Amino acid sequence: MIGLQHYLVVSAILFVMGVLGIFINRKNIIIILMAIELILLSVNINLVAFSAYLGDLVGQVFAMFVLTVAAGEAAIGLAILVIYFRGRGSIAVDDVNRMKG
Amino acid sequence: MIQAFAFYLFAAIVILSGALTVLSRNPVHSVLWLILAFFNAAGLMVLVGAEFIAMLLVIVYVGAVAVLFLFVVMMLDIDFAELRSGFVRYGFFGLLIALVLAGELIIAGGAWSAGAIDIANRTAPVSTDLSNIEAMGALIYSKYLYVFEAAGLVLLVAMIGAIVLTHRERKDVRPQNISDQVKRRPQDAVRNIDQPVGQGVEL
Repeated sequence: MIGLQHYLVVSAILFVMGVLGIFINRKNIIIILMAIELILLSVNINLVAFSAYLGDLVGQVFAMFVLTVAAGEAAIGLAILVIYFRGRGSIAVDDVNRMKG
Repeated sequence: MIQAFAFYLFAAIVILSGALTVLSRNPVHSVLWLILAFFNAAGLMVLVGAEFIAMLLVIVYVGAVAVLFLFVVMMLDIDFAELRSGFVRYGFFGLLIALVLAGELIIAGGAWSAGAIDIANRTAPVSTDLSNIEAMGALIYSKYLYVFEAAGLVLLVAMIGAIVLTHRERKDVRPQNISDQVKRRPQDAVRNIDQPVGQGVEL
């Protein structure tokens, strides 16, 4: 029988995968945003699994709010990416510190 | 039995496609693997009876967010080969951090299964006579109404922010000027002349 532990393990592996993705694609901000989406997905799996196995619906409500914030974050992040690319012609994250001042 | 089989299938595919999302060479392939991961995570959520979140995941993530990523990846002309340099150098460090994090998460899971946390107080117990979507609706439109409206506000602000950030006035195009069009009168634009025969029209 599938228990809560199984879900927690899947979610933990997905979370670690997202963190690893941020590190190995340090220059490509599009993949970094996708890795953040993976992390938020693993958090959602965790919330839903706890909600189902503890018999408390609030976890699913909270997962919905996490989903909302993830959608807004993706929209704003990609908008910033588009104007950054328009100004510089590249999306290398290493160059972002030239924007200061 | 079939439930366990479905769980292992969905879990294996979600982990595999998650790994391929971050390791894939082509960002378009990354987005497509991300979509597969979302679908299989939705399957995992259906297995525990959270149909509403699963459908939301398919509609919002696959239908909106992933397509937004796909648009941006395809619209911007980016040299992705140059962005991949340093993959190995960062890879070692990243793997180290990931292993530490994985160890910590496993320890946290072990602590959870030891069971020292009091879970007796449930805020909203799952009722057996309502479907998942009905129960969610009853909860978010009563107890969590203000939080729900705040979530709507977050989406509104994100939408306005994205439009304000990416909108630009272009100098090289000639847009429609509506007030000029409305102000134009027939007596300024049209004249009647008695045109004699055999002479050219003066413009």
